[in-house]
Amino acid sequence: MATTADNFVPAPAAQTGGPVDDHHDHKPSFFARWFMSTNHKDIGSLYLMFAIVAGIIGGAMSGVMRMELMEPGIQYLWWFAGSSPEDISAAGHMWNVFITGHGLIMVFFMVMPAMIGGFGNWFVPLMIGAPDMAFPRMNNISFWLTVVGFLSLLFSLFVPGNSIGNGAGVGWTVYAPLSTTGAPGPAVDFAIFSLHLAGAGSILGATNFITTIFNMRAPGMTLHKMPLFVWSVLVTAFLLLLALPVLAAAITMLLTDRNFGTTFFDPAGGGDPVLYQHLFWFFGHPEVYIMILPGFGMISQIIATFSRKPVFGYLGMAYAMVAIGVVGFIVWAHHMYTVGLDVNTKMYFTAATMVIAVPTGVKIFSWIATMWGGSMELKSPMVWALGFIFLFTVGGVTGVVLANGGIDDNLHDTYYVVAHFHYVLSMGAVFSLFAGFYYWFPKMSGKMHSELLSHLHFWVFFIGVNVIFFPQHFLGMNGMPRRYPDYPEAFAFWNYISSIGYMIMAASMLIFFVNIAYAFLAGKKAANNPWGEGATTLEWTLTSPPPFHQFETLPVIEDHHDYHDHRPATA
Amino acid sequence: MSATTILDQETARRNAQTGMIAILGALAMLGLGYAAVPLYDLFCRVTGFAGTTQVATEAEANAAATAIGTTRDISIRFDASLARDMPWDFRPTQSTDIVRIGQRDIATYVAKNNTDKPITGTATFNVEPWQAGAYFNKIQCFCFTEQTLQPGEEVTMPVLYFIDPAILEDDTIADVEQITLSYTFHRAKEPVETAPDRQKSSSDQAS
Repeated sequence: MATTADNFVPAPAAQTGGPVDDHHDHKPSFFARWFMSTNHKDIGSLYLMFAIVAGIIGGAMSGVMRMELMEPGIQYLWWFAGSSPEDISAAGHMWNVFITGHGLIMVFFMVMPAMIGGFGNWFVPLMIGAPDMAFPRMNNISFWLTVVGFLSLLFSLFVPGNSIGNGAGVGWTVYAPLSTTGAPGPAVDFAIFSLHLAGAGSILGATNFITTIFNMRAPGMTLHKMPLFVWSVLVTAFLLLLALPVLAAAITMLLTDRNFGTTFFDPAGGGDPVLYQHLFWFFGHPEVYIMILPGFGMISQIIATFSRKPVFGYLGMAYAMVAIGVVGFIVWAHHMYTVGLDVNTKMYFTAATMVIAVPTGVKIFSWIATMWGGSMELKSPMVWALGFIFLFTVGGVTGVVLANGGIDDNLHDTYYVVAHFHYVLSMGAVFSLFAGFYYWFPKMSGKMHSELLSHLHFWVFFIGVNVIFFPQHFLGMNGMPRRYPDYPEAFAFWNYISSIGYMIMAASMLIFFVNIAYAFLAGKKAANNPWGEGATTLEWTLTSPPPFHQFETLPVIEDHHDYHDHRPATA
Repeated sequence: MSATTILDQETARRNAQTGMIAILGALAMLGLGYAAVPLYDLFCRVTGFAGTTQVATEAEANAAATAIGTTRDISIRFDASLARDMPWDFRPTQSTDIVRIGQRDIATYVAKNNTDKPITGTATFNVEPWQAGAYFNKIQCFCFTEQTLQPGEEVTMPVLYFIDPAILEDDTIADVEQITLSYTFHRAKEPVETAPDRQKSSSDQAS
């Protein structure tokens, strides 16, 4: 079969770059370039576009949820279920389908593809001075597996989930027995299969990153001279490689329990539903670090760039990520405090969980120390990075609260938990994604975005998400449970405010898209390095956008160069 | 000629090697995921984790009864429930019992098949609080085997048990005054092959 790689004949290195070269005839045809792509930059772009599309769909689902929660009572859900206003169970099932879809899409098809597939693919080879990923064709498989997984999840919305309605209403955790005997319809099979596909894509991607980072670094770029973003992707790849197969095992057991009569999680045949929770969270907890670690890496690059200082405590920063990754594997049962764990087990998981605050604190304080005394410039990536540090710390603090087994008995499954994980994800992870996007957009597209619109986007988004999620702390502490479409009058005020916040946030996304359109239509041409002397990684030595193939002559990092500067001496 | 051939042969070989090791690591974790099923079962039975009660022999029961002359009593509450699709009646004949720690006691449950078909049931069990599992010893129990009830048949089923006196030395449980012993009857299914300890005689195919 013909692939991009077979058909492609490299032209003499087009080092001048720019929009004209971007459409030079040495690139493969449109179909071969985008559908059979083996080029890490094209695949990275595909991942980013895919993540934006999935993020819009997942974000629209949360819009329906906030709309429904704006007032007490059921107003809209029945309509989405194609039912009548009196049909409470259809509305309830529809709610379950929305929360499931929102969770799965945002985790597996927005944050992960954007962080790892998008920025990881684009910038890991560039930053380590490699011509491409180690396995370019496997890279292509990873991407399309993710796409097909997403289609499988979307398809599940239109086939029966249980006797009440269409779609999988089992939560992103897919707990047995709700997901086995509780939801016999094919929708749940499709949702589970979607996780298999996305998981397989991510495992292959992780293999690719590990191999690339270990074997394809430019001469002289030792592990301890790699940019921190590369470190973050390396740690993330190991987490993926070790955690995702456990999820694959657990959900495969679910599938056979559902369809082939096994009883892994069915007590009637000697199984145990709590075992599913152990397996799920053995994956699930590393998964939350998978979603945030590449963000940590991006923030480190951005803070250093716009403070015009090397990052404070480089080795501490790198090994803090390793520590977070390692400890992340031994804290999983803090998601399960209410299954009846005895007091000693809870004490262990409480203590182990709190230990993670230490390396995380090392990172937060190192970012602050990087800025200290630096020549700071509040360009668009930097304001997003500052927003990240502030909001991620808020989410980290509520995380330390929730880590306590005793307190969690009270707060488990309340909106306090919802507020916590949205502060670390939809603010932590998403702020780092936008920071990375604005940081690298000129490099990827060759066009400058509007600083004004980026700042406007930041402020409106910042206000929006805080208005959404900060009141949810109050709701949770007052006992409002998660996963219900309705609530008593007493919770009406803060829910109303929270839904207003959603509208503000949604408006900010319009600014984001206007900004992208502006950049492509009227944006100034980006220089090789638009961010100045603080940008010391290899991608800034290339044109914007980089040539279709880069580093045909490998850059050589001299021995006297340490992590202060990741470029060859001549650059 | 292509992105892949930019690599020299040595790099390509090392890449294949590293990639293969990574994939093997992933496969090993997949295997561990499955191995978790029997390991978790074993772990619970050995440690009493998650309220898994222990199985004791007559000799161990006698030893416990004579070893320490404990003077403390503890209350045992008996709980019975049924899986949703299980058409039996199932209840304990006594709701609570006071027993001397270390002494054996017998409790009985009554089960009745209300249908016109024979039904085989299997009981799952645990104790609350969970940390009592390691000290709750059963010498005999109807939960050790499957129970088949003929149409309309009612049976009284015994549990012979004792509380290990070592419970008094465990700080996390010593002050507990009541332990709840709970059973749930399910329709019997074929066991998965990874749980060989649960002995199943013949399985009811009615379900």
